[in-house]
Amino acid sequence: MKAFLTLSKTMTLGLLRDRAAVFFMLIFPLMFLVLFGALFKDTSAPQVKVVQVGDVAVFDDIPAEQREQLRDVMVVDKTDGSRAALNQALADVRKGDADGVIYAPETAGKSAGSGPTEQVELRVSGADSAKAGSVRSVVDSVLQQANQKATGQPPAYALATDRVEDESVKQIQFLTPGLLGWAVAMGAVFGTAYNLVAWRKKRILRRLWLAPVGAGSVVSARVGVNLGLALVQTAIFLGIAVLPYYGLKLSGDWWLCLPLVVTGTLAFMSIGLVVGALAKSEEAANGMAQLIVLPMAFLSGSFFPLDLAPAWVRTLSDFLPLKHLSDAMQGVLSRGESWGTALPVMGGLLLFAAVLTLIAGKLFRWEAV
Amino acid sequence: MTISADAFAISAENLRKRYGDVQAVDGVTLQVKRGEFYGILGPNGAGKTTTMEIIEGLREPDEGSAHILGESSWPRNHRLLPRIGVQLQASAFFERLTAREQIRTFGSLYGIGAKDADAMLDRFGLTEKAGVRDDQLSGGQAQRLSIACALVHDPEVVFLDEPTTGLDPQARRNLWDLLRDLNKEGRTVVLTTHYMDEAQQLCDRVAVMDHGKVLRVDAPDALISELGVDSLEDVFLSLTGREFRE
Ligand SMILES: Nc1ncnc2c1ncn2[C@@H]1O[C@H](COP(=O)(O)OP(=O)(O)OP(=O)(O)O)[C@@H](O)[C@H]1O
Ligand SMILES: [Mg+2]
Repeated sequence: MKAFLTLSKTMTLGLLRDRAAVFFMLIFPLMFLVLFGALFKDTSAPQVKVVQVGDVAVFDDIPAEQREQLRDVMVVDKTDGSRAALNQALADVRKGDADGVIYAPETAGKSAGSGPTEQVELRVSGADSAKAGSVRSVVDSVLQQANQKATGQPPAYALATDRVEDESVKQIQFLTPGLLGWAVAMGAVFGTAYNLVAWRKKRILRRLWLAPVGAGSVVSARVGVNLGLALVQTAIFLGIAVLPYYGLKLSGDWWLCLPLVVTGTLAFMSIGLVVGALAKSEEAANGMAQLIVLPMAFLSGSFFPLDLAPAWVRTLSDFLPLKHLSDAMQGVLSRGESWGTALPVMGGLLLFAAVLTLIAGKLFRWEAV
Repeated sequence: MTISADAFAISAENLRKRYGDVQAVDGVTLQVKRGEFYGILGPNGAGKTTTMEIIEGLREPDEGSAHILGESSWPRNHRLLPRIGVQLQASAFFERLTAREQIRTFGSLYGIGAKDADAMLDRFGLTEKAGVRDDQLSGGQAQRLSIACALVHDPEVVFLDEPTTGLDPQARRNLWDLLRDLNKEGRTVVLTTHYMDEAQQLCDRVAVMDHGKVLRVDAPDALISELGVDSLEDVFLSLTGREFRE
């Protein structure tokens, strides 16, 4: 126990004092989360910007509470009802500064005396059909709600709102598990491989052989340090992702991501052990680790979803531990999934770790040749 | 365990070790008495380090066996390890740790407290350098730290592989005094060195090795008079030849 603690402390110090390692294992992935999170927040957010020219009863009458909900998906800018304002608004849509214009026909200078049903005019841009679709569906749902209210039958509106919100999987729900998985993989593969090579080259392994220290203490200290690192990464990632700015909402059994991260770390450490056994220098270990982790991250959809990837990529990714880790984490973090998702993945990751550790054991060398 | 094996601090029987086509150790038999100061001399590549490492239990011999304090040193023997202290020829330090952290870490692995570890640092004149990382120590300072780390747990048998290589004259004398003190306290010391004056001053007996074999073992003075020469250096040269070798 004492040896375990001593070695853990030694390894932690050695790690924290290696600025490059701290950067690549902690700061670098975090930068991705902070930047990607901020970038994709706006592009993929379902929020649309609509200019309301003059009074439009249907919109003006929306109750405050529902207006609040609506704000998540649509911002409404109200201008005065003049002809100039309408022209200005249409110009804004043309330039892409606004996504749509709504106005009541009367306010646009048409003569009164229209029928009993109020008409709402909507103009959207033809350039961005996705945005145009969003605007149309949101405005449509607002109108439907009003219609429902008029008829006194509530259900349809609630349904429509839900669909609008759910269809748009928030980017952060996908980015957080993807980037966290990548960060954990990098820390575990790189940390393990580098440490093994450095200790072999610096003859620390042989020196420890002469001290009354069990191999178990050395290995468990290394595993302990890596698990600690991975859990710190997880805490920081989740801490940032749930900030209101990024808006990740954790679902019921989100804590299952912790055992997932633990088993994932073990799986990636086993890759690191193999790399560490093969690599002859620290630089080689570093390069090999990157050569493994980066393609694995891309193929596992850590940065971009694989929905659009060719079938062979998706088949290949099924063999990668990172993909299963990220998927399962996404499931438990924000899709409300639970043991049913997590357990098979944990089992698979442990099996993967066991097989690779066995291989690494065969390749292990005490000293540099 | 035989009585005779236990009477010796170290006994090695017919050790052999081959690396590829190099027969690094070729049938070494030696005994070191308890409390003895024992030197292993020999030209570069004679097999001194390999012999020591086999005795320490760091390498498995192809043939033969080695016992320290009556315990076999191979396979790795947990009862024996705390009783021996080893300074390797090439020093081994943890990455990015200061001198103080290095020795405290090694101490802690042997159950030695931070205070005693710091005292050992002081004994080797490294208190001033306590906060300096291993890669920023000078060669001699690193060497001293390496020896301090080998002695931190107060071992009964001490192995030092060229401990004074790279030390300035002051540090060398200082280390001699220290080693003499250790030896006076009853500890067995085995060292290798290329300095004949050092061996002559410190060692009760020396073994002269070449080509993986022990050529002669005796007290330095006895060897000098036996070969009828003036110094241990002459003994060395006359036993191992004068010509330069790789
Ligand atoms: N790990 C190794 N792999 C292959 N050959 C080795 C290894 N270690 C030592 N040798 C060879 O074994 C022989 C003896 O080496 P050893 O290190 O024991 O010599 P030494 O007497 O300690 O020399 P020096 O005075 O230079 O330290 C040398 O020829 C060396 O090249
Ligand atoms: Mg040597």
